[in-house]
Amino acid sequence: MNTRTLELLVGLFVAAGLAALFMLAMSVSNLASFGGDDGYVIKARFDNIGGLKVRSPVAASGVRIGRVSDISYDLEGFEALVTMSIDPQYNVFPIDSSASILTSGLLGEQYIGLEPGAEEEFLVAGSEIDITQSALVLEEIIGQFIYSKADEE
Amino acid sequence: MIYLLDRGKDVLNAQLDRIQGLGRSTLAALSRLGRANVFLIDVLVGLTGMLIRPGLLIKQLFSVGVQTLVIIVVAGLFVGMVMALQAYYALVDFGAEDSVSVMVVLSLLRELGPVITALLFAGRAGSALTAEIGLMKATEQLSGMEMMAVNPIERVVAPRFLAGVISMPLLAAIFSAVGVLGGYLVAVELLGLDAGAFWSQAQSKVELFEDLGNGMIKSLVFGFVVSWIAVFEGYDCIPTSEGLGQATTRTVVYGSLAILVLDFVLTALMFSK
Repeated sequence: MNTRTLELLVGLFVAAGLAALFMLAMSVSNLASFGGDDGYVIKARFDNIGGLKVRSPVAASGVRIGRVSDISYDLEGFEALVTMSIDPQYNVFPIDSSASILTSGLLGEQYIGLEPGAEEEFLVAGSEIDITQSALVLEEIIGQFIYSKADEE
Repeated sequence: MIYLLDRGKDVLNAQLDRIQGLGRSTLAALSRLGRANVFLIDVLVGLTGMLIRPGLLIKQLFSVGVQTLVIIVVAGLFVGMVMALQAYYALVDFGAEDSVSVMVVLSLLRELGPVITALLFAGRAGSALTAEIGLMKATEQLSGMEMMAVNPIERVVAPRFLAGVISMPLLAAIFSAVGVLGGYLVAVELLGLDAGAFWSQAQSKVELFEDLGNGMIKSLVFGFVVSWIAVFEGYDCIPTSEGLGQATTRTVVYGSLAILVLDFVLTALMFSK
């Protein structure tokens, strides 16, 4: 094997190693977005998003139709502002659809469930969902349960 | 009477011989350890020779790094796939199968990536290094170099050592990356988990420096130790075909043990708060 091929192969090896490092760094930090996001964007406000994260799924009847693309805190309404990107083929959701934050399984990941409404108008890019339900926080539920038990007695 | 006395003397002498033997082997082991350390300093000093002749390093990077790549990629792929399957079966009972990616990525980055890569590296590249240097010694090429006023440590040993130290972290990174992809294949394509949940769960739980950085430090340390053991065993071997075989075996055995012991020490240092 001549020197040139040798150098080339070693260069490839080092490049592959660095690429692997880069890929790992990307998959642990939030910089990369895998797969194209060419859907339309809608927004919703929640009192409490619980453990929802960027890239969490958005589902209707359990079928994934989009992803959470951004989460921020709105200082005007003191609420969480969640931006979702919905896949372009699901473009006929009524404007009065509701969004709630649900948990898949007991310990599973949190996702947004979209429940279609009945209006004739459809959600388009930039529209906002008005009817929302926050994440269930286990401590609050247990607190309420104990409180109501104490009331009964 | 005299006969009995003689017999007693013989028994006593046999016992003394045994104790002497014990002391001799302890001293031999200690002096070998000392030689290994002096040798390491010689090699580190010899690294400067690489500045003048970088071609030597390139050649060794090829035989140490590039030729180990195939076994690393295949092993990484299957380790990642098995991890994903096992994690799935363990977590599906709790409805927490979305955490499969966290388990796969964390165990690959923190433990399996550096450790399995280092074990494979000791078997594939370390043994080859020992055999190569040992054969050069056995055929008196090393003393020939010294005759010609060429420093064999600078010319033969240092490039191999440095190539091992450079290759290990790169190989470990490739192992982990391929392992994560293997885990992704099984979890998403085979078991039908959500692709977004796979990446987002991993991203939310894995820290860049805490996990990836510490894993890389581990693999650098393993690369240093395995390469050191490999070149020393080759350089210090008994120059016969039998001695060469023993030296190669010792490289793999000592290398693997050193990796596992060091892994415990490093883990205790890094991940205990």
